Parts: sequence; C-alpha cells; structure tokens
Amino acid sequence: MSRVTRFAARDPGPAARVAGFIAHLRENGLRLGVAEAELSLNALAHIDAARADDCRRVLRAVCTGCKEEAERFDALFDSFWMDAGRVKQRVTPKPHVALNDDVHSTRDGTGQDTSASGTSTAPDTGDGEAESDGTGKLIATEQRNLSRRDLRDLVRADEIAEAEAVARRIGAALRDSRSRRRIAARKGDRLHFRKTIRRSLSTGGEPLHLLRKRRPDRERKIVALCDVSGSMSVYAQVFLAFLAGLMRADKNADAYLFHTRLVRITEALRDKDTMRAIGRMSLMADGFGGGSKIGPSLKRFAETYAKRFVDGRSVVLILSDGFDTEPPEHLGAALEKLKKRGCKIIWLNPLKGWRDYAPIAGGMAAALPHLDLFAAANTLDDLAALETELVRL
Amino acid sequence: MTWTDLQSALGEHGYVASGDLSVALHLALTLERPLLLEGAAGVGKTEVARTLSLAQDTKLIRLQCYEGLDASQSIYEWNYQRQLLTIRSAAEDGQTGKSVEDRIFSREFLLERPLLAAITQDQSPVLLIDEIDRADEEFEAYLLEVLSDYQISVPELGTITASSKPIVILTSNGTRDLSDALRRRCLYSYVEYPDRTTELAILKARCPEVEARLAEQIIGFVQRLREEELEKTPGVAEMLDFAAALMGLGIADLTDDPAVLQSTLTTLLKTQSDQAQITAEVAARIAGKAA
Repeated sequence: MSRVTRFAARDPGPAARVAGFIAHLRENGLRLGVAEAELSLNALAHIDAARADDCRRVLRAVCTGCKEEAERFDALFDSFWMDAGRVKQRVTPKPHVALNDDVHSTRDGTGQDTSASGTSTAPDTGDGEAESDGTGKLIATEQRNLSRRDLRDLVRADEIAEAEAVARRIGAALRDSRSRRRIAARKGDRLHFRKTIRRSLSTGGEPLHLLRKRRPDRERKIVALCDVSGSMSVYAQVFLAFLAGLMRADKNADAYLFHTRLVRITEALRDKDTMRAIGRMSLMADGFGGGSKIGPSLKRFAETYAKRFVDGRSVVLILSDGFDTEPPEHLGAALEKLKKRGCKIIWLNPLKGWRDYAPIAGGMAAALPHLDLFAAANTLDDLAALETELVRL
Repeated sequence: MTWTDLQSALGEHGYVASGDLSVALHLALTLERPLLLEGAAGVGKTEVARTLSLAQDTKLIRLQCYEGLDASQSIYEWNYQRQLLTIRSAAEDGQTGKSVEDRIFSREFLLERPLLAAITQDQSPVLLIDEIDRADEEFEAYLLEVLSDYQISVPELGTITASSKPIVILTSNGTRDLSDALRRRCLYSYVEYPDRTTELAILKARCPEVEARLAEQIIGFVQRLREEELEKTPGVAEMLDFAAALMGLGIADLTDDPAVLQSTLTTLLKTQSDQAQITAEVAARIAGKAA
C-alpha cells in the first residue's frame, strides 16, 4: 500500500483537508455539497481517524450515492490521501471556474481558445493543429458536415399542420396510462371512505352522500430523438415536420436531434411562428446530413437530459435507420441505461418499411432487445397508422 | 461502541457483515442517518436489518414497497368501520356534533401503518423500507419528508413528532434509478456477494452441523456457479437452502452422485433456462473442480 500523503507544514488542519477532499471529489464529478462535508467530519469523529482503512470506509458511506460512484471512490481516495508523499492536491483548491455543461464554447473559462496552445498574449508554439503555413489546412472531423443546410427548404407549413394532427392523435393514443392511486372523482369505481365519513358528520352520522374515487388518467410524456445524419436525409422532411407538429400538439413533449452530437431543440420548436421555429432549429442542427454516432448520442442523452426529463411515464421515440459508425455495444449499453429509468422505448425505422428488411445492421441488432416497439415509418401516413399499436403499449 | 463491536454483535446473531457494511451501519446508528443498501438480490440486504434489530434488542418494522403504495398503506388510515359504528351508537345516546367528532378522530381510531408506527415507539425501532425502487416517485418524495423531520402530520389530529428516531434502512435492487435527493439524504453502501471465506463463515454460523469438508465443497460449488452466465445468480439464501437440502438428503460428498446433485439444484437455479443450462454433467464438472 502506498504511503499516506504528507501535507505541507502550513496546512491548516484536518477540517480543511476534508474540505479539500470533498472539493477533489466534486471536481471529479460527484455531486457533494457543504452538508456532505459537515457530515463527513461528523462521521470521522465517531471512528478512530488514525486508521486509514476505517476513514476510507466512512468517507465511502457518506460521499457516494450509487454503485458507480462507490466503484470510483477507491481511486479518488488513493489519489488524494495516499499519493506516496507527493503533494499533488493543494489543500485549499483554487477557485474553479464553473462552466455550465450546457454551454458549448471553444473558449474556456479564462477566455482562452481551448484548441490553441498559445495564450492570448503569446503566439502559438506551433504544436497546435491551427499552425498556419499560409496555405491553410483542412482538418477531417469525424464526418461532420459543416455546411449548414437550411431546414426551411425541406419543411413546408402545410405539412406541419398535417403532422400536428398526426402527432395529436399519437399523443392521445399514448395518454391513457392509468395510475394505481385513486383520487376523488364524481364517477368513481370505489367509495371514498375518508370523504364519505367526513360528509356524514353533517347529517348526524348517516352517510347520505356516497363519494367516490377512481384511478386518474396520467399523461405520458413523449420524448422524441430524431436522427438527421446523411443516411436519414431522405426522410428528414417527414420526421422534422412530425417533430414540429408534436411540439405544437403536446405541451409536455421534448425533442432532440442527433447526428455526430446531440442537440435539444425543444425550446426552439416551441416558437409560435412555425417557420421561425424551423429556422431556429436549423441554426442549432449544425452538421445536419453528416455522419451518425447513434450510440454515443444516445449515451449522452441517457446520462444528461434523461435524468431530468425521462421517468416511468415517458415514452422515448427514436427515429433512426440504425446505421451507426460506432461499435454496436455503445448503442446497446445506452439503451439499457435509458430503459432503467422505466420508460418505454419505441424505435421507428424508415427502412423497416422495405420488403425483406431484416435488422442486421449491428446497431439495430444490439438495440432490439431493449425496445418495446420496433416499427416502420416512412411517411406521415405510416406515423398515423402507429396509433393503434401505441394504444397496446 | 466501535464498528468492530457492532460487527461482532451481528456475528453473534449469525450475520457475517463485511467491514464496509459494518462501518456504514455504525455511522447510521451514531449519526442517526438513513442507510441505503444496494446490491443484487440475495446478498443479505433485508437480513441485515433483521439481525440489527436482534442485536440492538429492538423491534423491526418493515415496509415492503410496491408500485402504487400510497399514504393510506404506508402511514396511517382511519378505522372507518369503527368510526361509523361509533357515530351510530353516539346518535342513539343523543350525542351529536363536536363531541362525536373529537372522539372519532382520536388516536384510538387511527390505524397505524409502518411509517407512523416507526416514529411512535418508546425505543428506537429498526425501520426497514424494503425495495424502495418498486414504489413510485411520489412516494419517494413523501418518504423524504418523513425521513428529514421524523414527523407526520395528520390533518384531523395535528402533527405527530417522533418519540424516538427510528434506525432507517432502505434497500434497493436497482430496477429503476432512485432520485438524487433520496440518495443525498442517505448514507450508502453497496453490498457485494460475499467472498469465499466470508461465505464459508456464513454457512458455519447458520448451519453449524455441516462438516468442514462438505462446507468447502458447497461454497466452492456456489461460487463457481455464480461465474456462469445465469439469468438469476444464486444468492446467500439459496446457498443456505442448498446446504440444508444436502444435509436433509444425507449427502457427505458433492461428487458422489451426479443425479442427486442435479435434483438438489432446484434450490439454486430458479429459472427454466438456468436449469436447462446447468445439466447434470455441467453440475458434476463444477462440483469436481470445486472439490
């Protein structure tokens, strides 16, 4: 075992070290607040803090909250407390420039261009990719299409109106998901004892008014993820119209596009002016018609947005042909993770409408076990026909 | 009391707890925080709560969660039938209005469900909230409220504050993700399948009559079986059933008779495909390696 970290002589004491450790965990992605730091100190007071193993166990119980964190904890603990005498971590961490995950910028928090190796006041060292030799260099990005296409050329307003009607019907088909709990209702299937007895007091204990309760209908939330990679561009027209219609029809719906990365377009599509909404979407869908990384995109979705927007009442609609440039395991793992949130997953594949189509593309085969419904969808009519199948889910 | 004392106290009642788990339990006791236990089915999450209540010599109150669990099943409910009868008899005695109302909404008419029962004990009980991942999110949110203040408000009666803080243990099998809010409020420990020596100790504690050689074989067999790709990996409880079955059949050596071994596998393999996968030959081979 490695030796315990030797802290600097002017180290302010154990409390600061624990605070430093919490900051170290926080920087490594564990969500911990001041309350956890306080609890850690409290907990350490209850054991023999001179024994490293006990401390490790105590801090693990306090600072971790799920299996993945518990597995990572040992390495994080070692790097802070056990780094064989080399003082890597400063006890009082320097103020961290917090960057929101939602902010995508090539400039980092200090205003430096992240791809440039020089500082803003000194020239590049020449190691960076942006080295200029006067002729210019085209860098091949993972098939990302940088030419911006205006989606307004693809989608017409009347189609959106039609798609809206379809989306409304599909939304209604998915809606009838009943809760198990009962609430008071005029026409209920069971007696609402609590209310009946309450009311009976006013009539001297005679339950004259029998009040009832029933299972309320709960709305299902639709989350649509649309693949807009090159291979899907033929179908994009239909699907984008569908997305736009869906957002109009259903106030709770949520929509995303993905190609080589994932973009949330819910806010953009909520714009009252239909064409302006599509315009805003095309500004965001930079890279439209390029390569497709389905697995990593869905993984990113499962790890970020899904935690906020997907629960047991959600239906995740994936509109994609399943041609993935990444290994199929990514896709399988991402869907499994998504499925754990308790949602239904529906995959609409335009190719499935072809005769003799079999889902042999690696990605599609990996995805199949996790799907609740795998259906064809090429045109708006196909989408409308889904209504009957969705009721059964 | 240190955590090693707790570990040996649990050991006296037949539960062999790992160091990690003992420390987590010790903290839950001293800091009065709920403890969230996760792990595969059959690693002894529920059992640890039972043993803890024995070791602490206190009551175990168990709330089994399921989808649709609601307040009237988990916290309290009025005894409506009795209230009705009381109202009727009060009317015959000529009592009405306020006095009847005060009477029928008193503690006498309140049916205590596990959560309310847990905070109204004289001595801190162990409150086991089993398989919290099966309850739905609304219930989780309500539970958070109870766990943070240890008080429950009944509109007709007022707020009932805990007379003693229960020792709360939550278990989850990970069928769905729990909310971050709940995880934050709890201490956490992930319970793994026990290693060879630990499992041997468990078997010795629970079935002292099993001979040392057979015990070694049983543990070796079960540990190897867990490495196979099974739908449902056998847990500790299944291992103990398996040992009991072998004892009942009077088997002294696992490798003696493949047919008998195969017939006792019903205690370990709980799905049809698993049983089809571990045939008599496969079982005999695993037993041979374990011996």
